[in-house]
Amino acid sequence: MGLHNGDKMMRYEEWSKLARKASKKSLWMVHFCTGCGAVEMPPVMTSRYDAERFGITSMATPRQADVLLITGYLTVKTLRRVIQVYEQMQSPKYVIAFGSCTINGGMYWDSYNTIKHLEKYIPVDLYIAGCMPRPEGIINAFIKLMKLIDEGKARGWEKYQKYYDRYKENQRRVFNFEIKEEQKEEKNEEH
Amino acid sequence: MDMIGMAIKIAILIAYAIIGTCVGLLFMGIGRKIIARVHNRVGPPFYQNFIDVAKLLSKKTNISHGWIFDLALLFSISGILLTLLFLPIGGAQLLSMDGDAFLVLYLLAIPALGFALGAGASGNPNAGVGVMRALVMMLSYELPFVITLIALMIYYDTTSLATIVKMQSIDGIKSWAITMPPFMIAAFAADMALQGMLMEQPFDIPVAPHEIASGPMVEFGGKYLGSLMLYKAIALVAETTLFVDLFLGGGVVMHSGVMAAIINFFVWLGLIFLLFVLSILIAASFPRFRIEQAFGFYWKYEAIIAAISLIWVYIMVIK
Ligand code: SF4
Repeated sequence: MGLHNGDKMMRYEEWSKLARKASKKSLWMVHFCTGCGAVEMPPVMTSRYDAERFGITSMATPRQADVLLITGYLTVKTLRRVIQVYEQMQSPKYVIAFGSCTINGGMYWDSYNTIKHLEKYIPVDLYIAGCMPRPEGIINAFIKLMKLIDEGKARGWEKYQKYYDRYKENQRRVFNFEIKEEQKEEKNEEH
Repeated sequence: MDMIGMAIKIAILIAYAIIGTCVGLLFMGIGRKIIARVHNRVGPPFYQNFIDVAKLLSKKTNISHGWIFDLALLFSISGILLTLLFLPIGGAQLLSMDGDAFLVLYLLAIPALGFALGAGASGNPNAGVGVMRALVMMLSYELPFVITLIALMIYYDTTSLATIVKMQSIDGIKSWAITMPPFMIAAFAADMALQGMLMEQPFDIPVAPHEIASGPMVEFGGKYLGSLMLYKAIALVAETTLFVDLFLGGGVVMHSGVMAAIINFFVWLGLIFLLFVLSILIAASFPRFRIEQAFGFYWKYEAIIAAISLIWVYIMVIK
């Protein structure tokens, strides 16, 4: 009859532990450079701070990547693209939000067309505070993420699957707002 | 009896696949380390590529773009494995026949066609551009490569790889093709063709991550990308082995006996490693060509160099 259910679970646990060990040591990221934070990425990747020694490399497309790095503020328009990118990634996938703009709006807290809390729209595993965070901060965040993955706590992607409707609800709210605004503008121009 | 023979053949086949992937992945890891050292970085550990493959193969979601997309992997991996079987490794060759030097060239083209299928099925425009570039690259580096191959065939008067290797190993290192002046320049042309085959810089035009988002591999993720990495590892071994077989006597330094087989194996390993390091060092120090520059490089300079060696060899043979 094959394995007992308990045995199967044990096997599965062990396998996923191994898988987590592998995936923590090889984080491929796709960095979505929206805000000012993009300038901090080249030093992280190149000779000065050399993130590759931790197995972190940047990938060309979301399909190949494990980590989505969002550097800075997101306008409603960019959010749409970020969600597309996030949904194209293959799970297990992790999100690191970069800079205070993604946490609470930062210096764009009263802007009309940026979103304030990224967590409402996609599950964020880790925030890096600062405006903007230094390369040391970024590498520190990656090491923290590795620890989280190892302990099995970086489960943002599962959360996204589980509460998909709520995330979609939030996303729709801002997008609808944007669409309404656009329509209003069009009407104004006509008159 | 037949069954046992079959089983042994299958076991050897699996052993080839495992050796090919392990050696290839190890080399790729060391290559990354060397490039990092050239950049004055620390670089990833040498076993990084094993971790990468393990991670990719353990991904939970794997998006496919239809069965042609899946077939692409089958094409590339089976094509490259078949190539490996026809190549003498340290003098030991699993399959052989007359004219296998030509056959290997055709077999090496199968993975590229598989790629083209998969990239086409994914429907991504970047993938389409990448495949076009890959096919143009193939067209360009194969001309000098075939000319050098013909020179070798004329000199050794055979079309079988096994014979070419055997003739070169008669007298140890002294009878390697690369020690003869006409083949020295031929080896230079072939090495540049090898650089294109390995898709290392300056000839990494088909993948070009910053231009066309890694070309044909754009839509590959998860297990698909993991299998592609395995394919790449085997391809690396197969292509460097082809060069070693043609110019460096296949790494054969001793004849007959178990000891000789083991020593030959390690000599072969050392030689393909040296070749790989050479190509990595070239890659680390040159920027990427544009496609028409690469085409011009191969068809103007490399082809002329190869043609000179061909004529030289022809004159030698006639005398
Ligand atoms: S947190 Fe600061 S540096 Fe980052 S995007 Fe916002 S304003 Fe720019």
